[in-house]
Amino acid sequence: MLKHHRLIETNIVLLGALTLITIAIGGIVEIVPLFTIETTIERVEGVRPYTPLELAGRSIYIREGCYNCHSQQIRPFRDEVERYGHYSLAAESMYDFPFQWGSKRTGPDLARVGGKYSGDWHVQHLIEPRGLVPETIMPAYAFMAHRPLEYRDIALHLRANRRLGVPYTDDMITHAATDLVAQADPRKDSADLLRRYPKTVVAKYHGDPDTVTELDALVAYLQMLGTLVDVSAYRAKDLQQ
Amino acid sequence: MASAAHSLDAEPIRYDEDIVRAFVIAAMFWGVAAFAVGLFIALQLAFPVLNLGLEWTTFGRLRPLHTSAAIFAFGGNVLFATSLYVVQRTCRAPLFGGPPAAQFLFWGYQFFIVLAAIGYLTGVTQGKEYAEPEWYADLWLTIVWVVYLVVYGGTLLRREEPHIYVVNWFFLAFILTVAVLHVVNGLAMPVSPFSAKSYPIWPGVQGALVQWWYGHNAVGFFLTAGFLGIMYYFVPKQAERPIYSYRLSIIHFWALIFLYIWAGPHHLHYTALPDWAQTLGMTFSVMLWMPSWGGMINGLMTLSGAWDKLRTDPVLRFLIASVGFYGMATFEGPVMSIKAVNGLSHYTDWTIGHVHSGALGWVAFVSFGAIYFLVPRLWGRAQLYSLKLVSVHFWISTLGIVLYISSMWVSGILQGLMWRAYDRLGFLQYAFIETVEAMHPFYLIRALGGLLFVLGALIMVYNLWRTTRGEVRREAAYGQLPALATA
Repeated sequence: MLKHHRLIETNIVLLGALTLITIAIGGIVEIVPLFTIETTIERVEGVRPYTPLELAGRSIYIREGCYNCHSQQIRPFRDEVERYGHYSLAAESMYDFPFQWGSKRTGPDLARVGGKYSGDWHVQHLIEPRGLVPETIMPAYAFMAHRPLEYRDIALHLRANRRLGVPYTDDMITHAATDLVAQADPRKDSADLLRRYPKTVVAKYHGDPDTVTELDALVAYLQMLGTLVDVSAYRAKDLQQ
Repeated sequence: MASAAHSLDAEPIRYDEDIVRAFVIAAMFWGVAAFAVGLFIALQLAFPVLNLGLEWTTFGRLRPLHTSAAIFAFGGNVLFATSLYVVQRTCRAPLFGGPPAAQFLFWGYQFFIVLAAIGYLTGVTQGKEYAEPEWYADLWLTIVWVVYLVVYGGTLLRREEPHIYVVNWFFLAFILTVAVLHVVNGLAMPVSPFSAKSYPIWPGVQGALVQWWYGHNAVGFFLTAGFLGIMYYFVPKQAERPIYSYRLSIIHFWALIFLYIWAGPHHLHYTALPDWAQTLGMTFSVMLWMPSWGGMINGLMTLSGAWDKLRTDPVLRFLIASVGFYGMATFEGPVMSIKAVNGLSHYTDWTIGHVHSGALGWVAFVSFGAIYFLVPRLWGRAQLYSLKLVSVHFWISTLGIVLYISSMWVSGILQGLMWRAYDRLGFLQYAFIETVEAMHPFYLIRALGGLLFVLGALIMVYNLWRTTRGEVRREAAYGQLPALATA
């Protein structure tokens, strides 16, 4: 062995090339099939692209590093299903760039937090967590409450997602800004928004009714998490990967 | 070493040591910063008021600052310092590209760190653990990394030694693999060329595996292969013994780099990742135990016949303790990768404790040992300012690590068990918030451990600073038993 290995030990190009081949194998075997095996993502109804407001809210979720303490991935354990709801499906994050499954639960899982609490609860909890839950160690996010959401380039965000494979239509991209405002303004007609994005919750959560705030966007995102797929409509067999 | 190399040649080789000195200083600077931020965010978990109500100082923004500072700023600068020092000596050749390339490497890398850190504080992040820097910072790092590969590979190409030493295999594998990981995982679609925001190109479940293929191999190649390079050079040098087994080095190297790559899916047990991938990841993670311990044995057994040096040489103690921690962490890792164990440990502090037994016990300790070895040589001093202070540093940090990892074991297992506890009527026994409350005492103990580790690092900085000035502390010769000394 030592004799043959001498060849590699004296040739930098050979050493480098063999190293690259050696490290490539595992990654290729594990990653490539995820794109080619059809059953990787379950066939379920209901998953749609994020509305512009939800997408903006998701960007705030990422910006604040919420994933450092909150997972979005319910495991198929009795206690998790009882605590958080049906276990997470791959289909539910198929339009997530990036995924936000997380790796730590300093706080609870959020994969199905949508609709679990009222909008008011979220607003109060984000502004002053200890006002609602005295024992919590979550930071306060009061600064979002009155800060107007920056959404001038929201259409570009949708477009970037479309380039990556999210089925945003031309219609959705053209109306991105109006859809965003419509979702945060119950006074406006939201028929078009709901046609483009079924199951969207239209609500103004906090503050000046004429300004969309960062808090509005974040709560809109939290309130839709895990609500798109009607998991009760499927049997375990239908969800096999 | 340097002088030995000189005496063999008619013309002395002009090694570039300026650059190694610069990286050593940067490593110590970022190290103290990383440990201090770690202590601060540990305290935030115990006392949430320390989030200060400001958007820049929340745990969510500071935690990536801590992890990146520890891994990439501290660890990265240590790897640059040691690899560039070692490659010149083991090749008996100066750095390829000369001082200009080396200077670019240094300032380019520091610029990347600052660029990434500013992003974290202002909320510019890709939202992927250990790969948070946005697309523009990623691109810049890619340029710096290619220059690193050229400088390193170029130096190997112009070597005067026929053999490429073992240490260089590990450093080369680290540089090549990190390049592959960084580029593939970092691929992203910017919103526009003028926007800091981008969307990573890998969706949902595939993105999860690409991310943890990256994430686990950031551990495997950045924090392991690279630092094993350090072990393979500095342990034999400090112990003045040859490496235990050359044959074992060969097996260790190829088995380690082949197996590590497969282990990523163990971060995704019981998730929506298909079962076959999880099982594959678990299987290879368990197999990974073997090369890991092969490497540990190779490092530890290098001391055979010279174990007594542990008593008289606290620098060697750092190096050997680090290999011990490496063995412990690489045993714990495969255990945690078993799905049944992972079902309990995942999402809890047990993972945090495991990471820190590797990061503090292995990575930081082997780095401390290497830097204590390097500083007197780089600054042309006969010895360190104080071996006694090295010993104090060793014990205070070891105590810190023990407090840290044992408190995280308890809190992690406790929380995991509380989550799945049922009462007699078959209801979940604890609300989530009760499990958060239960963590408080352990968060205090962990913070105390972190404080000790920071103090140790400050003692080290002081000791090194006095060393660079050529001062020697008046103290009894280290490690002599009084009875023997007077006999």
